[in-house]
Amino acid sequence: MTVNLTINGQAIQARAGQTILQAARAAGIHIPVLCEHPALPPDGACRICLVEIEKQRTLQPACTFPATEGLIIQTHSPRVVEARKFTLELLISDHPLDCMTCEATGDCALQDLAYEYEIKESRYKGKQHNYPLDASNPFIQVERNKCILCRRCVRACSHINGVEAISVFYRGFNAYIGFGADGAMQDSSCEFCGSCVAVCPTGALWPKMSIGKGRPWQVRQVETICSYCGVGCKLSLHVRDNQIIRVEGANGPANHGWTCVKGRFGWDYVHHPDRLLKPRVRRYLLDGLQKPDIRELRVESSRDKTNLDSLVSNLWEWVETDWDTALDITAKKLGEIRDTHGSDSIGVLTSAKCLNEENYLMNKFTRQVIGTNNIDHCARL
Amino acid sequence: MSNSIEDIAGDAQAFFVIGSNTTEQHPIIGMRLRQAVKQRGAILIVADPRRIPLTDFASLHLRHKPGTDIALLNGLMYLILKNGWEDKEFITSRTEGFDEFKATVMQYPPEKVSEITGVPLADLEQAAKIMGATKPMAVLWAMGITQHITGVRNVMTLANLQMLLGNMGVAGGGVNPLRGQNNVQGACDMGGLPNVFPAYQPVTSPEVIAKFGTAWGLKVEGLKVDSESKESDNLQPFDKLRASSATFQLSNRVGMTVTEMIPGILEGKTHALYILGEDPVMSDADTNHLRRCLEECDFIVLQELFENETAAYADVLLPGIAFAEKSGTFTNTERRVQMVRKAVEPPGEAREDWWITAELAKRILAHSGWQTCPERSRRVADGPYAGWDYHDTAQIMAEINALAPSYEGITHARLERGETLQWPCPNAGHPGTPILHVGKFTRGLGKFTSIEHIPPAELPDDEYPMVLSTGRVLYHWHGGQMSRRSKGLLEIYPQPLIEVNEEDAEKLGLNPSTGSGQVETKHVRVTSRRGSIAAEAWVTERVPPGMVYANFHFPQASVNELTIAALDPVSKIPEFKVCAVKVEVVE
Repeated sequence: MTVNLTINGQAIQARAGQTILQAARAAGIHIPVLCEHPALPPDGACRICLVEIEKQRTLQPACTFPATEGLIIQTHSPRVVEARKFTLELLISDHPLDCMTCEATGDCALQDLAYEYEIKESRYKGKQHNYPLDASNPFIQVERNKCILCRRCVRACSHINGVEAISVFYRGFNAYIGFGADGAMQDSSCEFCGSCVAVCPTGALWPKMSIGKGRPWQVRQVETICSYCGVGCKLSLHVRDNQIIRVEGANGPANHGWTCVKGRFGWDYVHHPDRLLKPRVRRYLLDGLQKPDIRELRVESSRDKTNLDSLVSNLWEWVETDWDTALDITAKKLGEIRDTHGSDSIGVLTSAKCLNEENYLMNKFTRQVIGTNNIDHCARL
Repeated sequence: MSNSIEDIAGDAQAFFVIGSNTTEQHPIIGMRLRQAVKQRGAILIVADPRRIPLTDFASLHLRHKPGTDIALLNGLMYLILKNGWEDKEFITSRTEGFDEFKATVMQYPPEKVSEITGVPLADLEQAAKIMGATKPMAVLWAMGITQHITGVRNVMTLANLQMLLGNMGVAGGGVNPLRGQNNVQGACDMGGLPNVFPAYQPVTSPEVIAKFGTAWGLKVEGLKVDSESKESDNLQPFDKLRASSATFQLSNRVGMTVTEMIPGILEGKTHALYILGEDPVMSDADTNHLRRCLEECDFIVLQELFENETAAYADVLLPGIAFAEKSGTFTNTERRVQMVRKAVEPPGEAREDWWITAELAKRILAHSGWQTCPERSRRVADGPYAGWDYHDTAQIMAEINALAPSYEGITHARLERGETLQWPCPNAGHPGTPILHVGKFTRGLGKFTSIEHIPPAELPDDEYPMVLSTGRVLYHWHGGQMSRRSKGLLEIYPQPLIEVNEEDAEKLGLNPSTGSGQVETKHVRVTSRRGSIAAEAWVTERVPPGMVYANFHFPQASVNELTIAALDPVSKIPEFKVCAVKVEVVE
């Protein structure tokens, strides 16, 4: 069923059950929002989306007001603009204006609105909060002074991840967001999925590992698939100077923009100093000698006094080499073993972490080049 | 998965989650389950020996003893049949083998099942009632079902349940194994298994052998094909086969699984291993035995990101690259093929894994016959897909399209256009297949199988009185090579923890808190017939009395030192989920 309404003199149709905001969006009419998020149930907390409706005594929030037959609405009347400016000034009156160094600059809904409504400072010089910075968990920095109490994080934790770790404690000026029974995030039911960070409109909740790493306009975003579990979340990697600096959930069919703690915060292994940089071969291979009996190494190390100068240790030490040397040694060895002991004497473990294309080649390598069906991977493990 | 995440999350009226710690191991599917329960009142039944986080959202938690899944499921089906809650129309029109199956299930009355499983009678009845009354119901499972000596039988029993209830081939139903690794589905699809070529084409089929033999055919240059000649007599049997036949021959013998090829080293069957992106020392059962095997292997080449635990036994270590450094595709648990895109350059001289494999292939082919006939035998490309000159993964995908029927229509070009394709996708215009078995099973009629309960291979006794089960935790991943190198993940979960029930903790004299002036004891030693580990105990209701649970994320106390390599006779999967241990407090 459709209903007819008029927004800014333009006649539009909406589906029954839609809010004014949803109807306006569908018609391409801009109404500014702050606490509203398309993936979350509306809350009507921030009063930024107020609109003027004929025959309504007061301004009404577009995010919760149902679109009904015959409504005549103004989204930017002088009364509406005045009210929005008033709301923004109140918000700014208790918000640090440190945009120059704030992580959220360029990615902050409050900053965008202040710009849109030309709010440079607040006339209301009241008390300001001075909460300590909470950086006690490894993933999410909590800067309550930047919180505007929009409750997006509260709704994301309840509605998206479902664990209800975040709530608003106390009322009025004393209200703040807290975790569990008002303790640390890591002591609550939080699973660090980071959905709260994803929806936070300001810099109140911020990924700790991305702090100081770059501004939104300095990064290149690349959409790819997560490397951890089999759900297949689409991720957006934010890259600056050949380094991943942040990861966000992207809108893929399996995850719809959300992801988990490993997807969002577990990517730094990619840049870990332990990464192998060059091929390595054991010394005996370079010297063209017989493979030492490495069981002796185990016996030695269990004897407490390891004789590092032993012959076995020498022959078994890693030597970094170039690709040609490593590949030729490997190909020769595999070829010899195949020709000596037969194709079925070689086993191949392909990888559930690698690409389809790479797994296909491992299958072709095993069957065509080696001539065996001895190929498997960790599906059983 | 027979179904998709989307239809399960949106359309299932009930969920039966058995042997899957979904919110920790598949967090986004766990998230969707919680949303379905909270926002639209879907009913959730969890069957798991542990009180996993998902049980907080369940209407019913069936806390059965480890390794009693078949008894539990047969017991539920007994009650469904006894009350006439089965889908008679579905059974008649779409299945076979029902009568024999029914005769087996009717041997599992609730009293007997309650005794085997430890699940109270009232819970069995309530679960059966919910299953009978709530359609469609989706069944989800993971390694808690498969990692038993009865793994295959457990899965077939779940298929019996879903056919009995008529929950196959419908949105919101189905049999849905949640695949563990990011591309374990793809590794299977691409023929990374000892019994099948890509797209599950059996290695024992003459037609399939002929197909791939033609596609990948090689010929030996400079060798006279003359079976009477002297030169031919000197050849090894393998080369003789190649040389004497005009058509290229592939092996039609089913190969060894990972759980056979590594123990095969000590039996003289396996002489070399080529391992790509895997860490058997952490992930395989019975680590002590595994180490002894690897020590005796003639040659191990390991292609990895890091010097992992298996590297200690490797002869060559080749630096591969990480997901963010490569382009190609992964296939997720719902058979969806998705584009992986390069975001950063790899470090040092690390190279694409496909390039490394292709280089090895080229070099082996160019120099084949080192020992037998060094002066001859260069194998050159003959078939249309015999060569190894690849310039990117799109070219490799085109080869996959040509040879793997279910992937035929899945091209990089389509994926880059934003199409989301789930196999089977048999041609370039096919939209993919979100739900399998609609209207008809792959084999025609769905087959009910009669399956009896079999106890686990190793049960507790006087010497090893407790049950050990294993798995992973939310903050780490498998052998931990990635997650232990992620600063935040390591900080939030810095060391292995062994879950011990409160009752057992008290009996053992564990005293993790130093409240009342007593000596603090918080570490336990867990010992099985195969090994022993010591780590901090996490005293928790997550495990029932008599059971401990540990993970394999940390080499200093990996649970696989203890696990048993008893294998399922069909799938050759080890029984990670049940073995017998003794637990002592470490002073």
